[in-house]
Amino acid sequence: MTALAQRPTDAQPPGTLPDGIDAHRLSERRVVPLRHPLRWVITGLVLVLLLNFAQTLFTNPSWEWEKVGVWFFSPPILKGLQLTIIATAISTVVSFFGGIVVALARLSGNPVLTTLSSFYIWLFRSVPLLLVLVFLFNLGNLYPEIGVGIPFGPQFTVNTVATLTPLALGVIGLSLSEIAYSAEVVRSGLLAVDQGQHEAADALGIPKHRQFTRIVLPQALRSIVPAYVNQIIGLIKASSLLYYVSLLDLFGIAQNLGSTYPTDVIPLLVVATIWYLILTSVIAIVQYYIERFYARGSVRVLPPTPLQRLRKALGWNRAKVSAA
Amino acid sequence: MSQAIAVHNATKSYGDKTVLRGVDFSVEAGTVTVILGPSGSGKSTLLRAINHLEKLDEGFVSLNGELIGVRVKGTRLKELRPKDILRQRAKIGFVFQNFNLFPHLTILENVTEAPISHGVKAAEARENARALLARVGLSEKEADYPRQLSGGQQQRVAIARALALDPDVILFDEPTSALDPELVGEVLAVIRTLAGSGKTLIVVTHEIGFAREVADRVVFMDEGAIIEEGTPDQVLTRPAHPRTQDFLSKVLA
Repeated sequence: MTALAQRPTDAQPPGTLPDGIDAHRLSERRVVPLRHPLRWVITGLVLVLLLNFAQTLFTNPSWEWEKVGVWFFSPPILKGLQLTIIATAISTVVSFFGGIVVALARLSGNPVLTTLSSFYIWLFRSVPLLLVLVFLFNLGNLYPEIGVGIPFGPQFTVNTVATLTPLALGVIGLSLSEIAYSAEVVRSGLLAVDQGQHEAADALGIPKHRQFTRIVLPQALRSIVPAYVNQIIGLIKASSLLYYVSLLDLFGIAQNLGSTYPTDVIPLLVVATIWYLILTSVIAIVQYYIERFYARGSVRVLPPTPLQRLRKALGWNRAKVSAA
Repeated sequence: MSQAIAVHNATKSYGDKTVLRGVDFSVEAGTVTVILGPSGSGKSTLLRAINHLEKLDEGFVSLNGELIGVRVKGTRLKELRPKDILRQRAKIGFVFQNFNLFPHLTILENVTEAPISHGVKAAEARENARALLARVGLSEKEADYPRQLSGGQQQRVAIARALALDPDVILFDEPTSALDPELVGEVLAVIRTLAGSGKTLIVVTHEIGFAREVADRVVFMDEGAIIEEGTPDQVLTRPAHPRTQDFLSKVLA
């Protein structure tokens, strides 16, 4: 025992060994982990508060859950949901590819393109989306006709109000603003790809477009996807601004129905909340699998998906049963 | 034997710093040349200039008589379009110090990527890639991803990848410098099998023993210029220049 205490490695022991203790037996017993009593107290407090709130969900009649059930799949709500999904989906796709184009322009090294794309990003990140939307809805006053042509030469024009439906204008507004953000997301992803990857692809003589689609973009997407999904979720919620330009999205419908049926305001807001939660959850699940796909090669072994884990757990149980 | 690579008056500076001071240099086809020199001597820049990863300020490089990365216009040299440079690079393999394998592609895909992008049919590219992986002793790894391999294995894949286009010349930029000491041997062994296979090899390395054993010609560079060149025996055993002697005494110490 004294020999133990005299070891030079024991120069700074947190506790000295008491006399008369069997050091050998002591060393063979499992070390007791540190307890955290305060954690239990805090957990208890939080649970009590949570249960208090949960209780009101059942006891407070103003929630009117039966009306939530009635409104949840009602045609107007589903129509609003459809508009939210369509506006968001189109804007998501448009702004992703638009973002790639603007990001590439900014990284191009061509001074005109770099300046233009920087200006675009600056402009649409500075102006509130609501302002952009209202501006677009007054486009007919500013430009009664729109079109393209050779400056001071022949023109091809159409009537603004007749051509651009409110939905088209809404989607354009959302996309214009979203492209500015997604361009920065894409640019940061592209910059995160190691310079050595470009050099290796160059040294192998891989054509530039293939370098981008096969080598650079797939690696950039690994960091682009989480940030871009954040953008999409923001976009879903931003689409509720369409209400202010008289497009009835999910929030707009709930708001409108609330004025028509003032007693149902709370259940209608609950219905809208639940639908937004569902939309975000679906996106989170899709995100999980996309991220997993782009993680291949960057971790040695991919962890099993929740589904695989469930199946494994069930399979394990079955094996155990059959063995018994 | 004919000249495979000829470098004329290679001159390059980054701002005020001159990296290459008019280097003239040529390599016979089918031989192994080792470039030695202290860090910052310009040897990597010279190597990278050969496949135009590095643009020269003055001078030019030719491969089997064809100018690389430039063409003659009137009395001047004019840089080629990226498309044409990329096509020329198919004849010059390059192996990087840090491997630079594509981490999101499998080992097999890493080797087939370049041939497929140059128009080789996928099945043919895969068959050829499997033969190359067998040659570097990594057949069983074809479905793995680069990060699942050791550094030495990754560098052997990088060599197989460089061989996939069947280049005339392969350039090695310090191929063993990023490796743990016990993994250096397996990579040098693969390079050794390429020597005498008809390919022209240029290797920048600090492995003096390897240079002595495999090189047909050793080039010593310092401060952007070639100080001394000759057979391994001339340069490594009986160096004439004091700077070569100084470098060797430091490296071999």
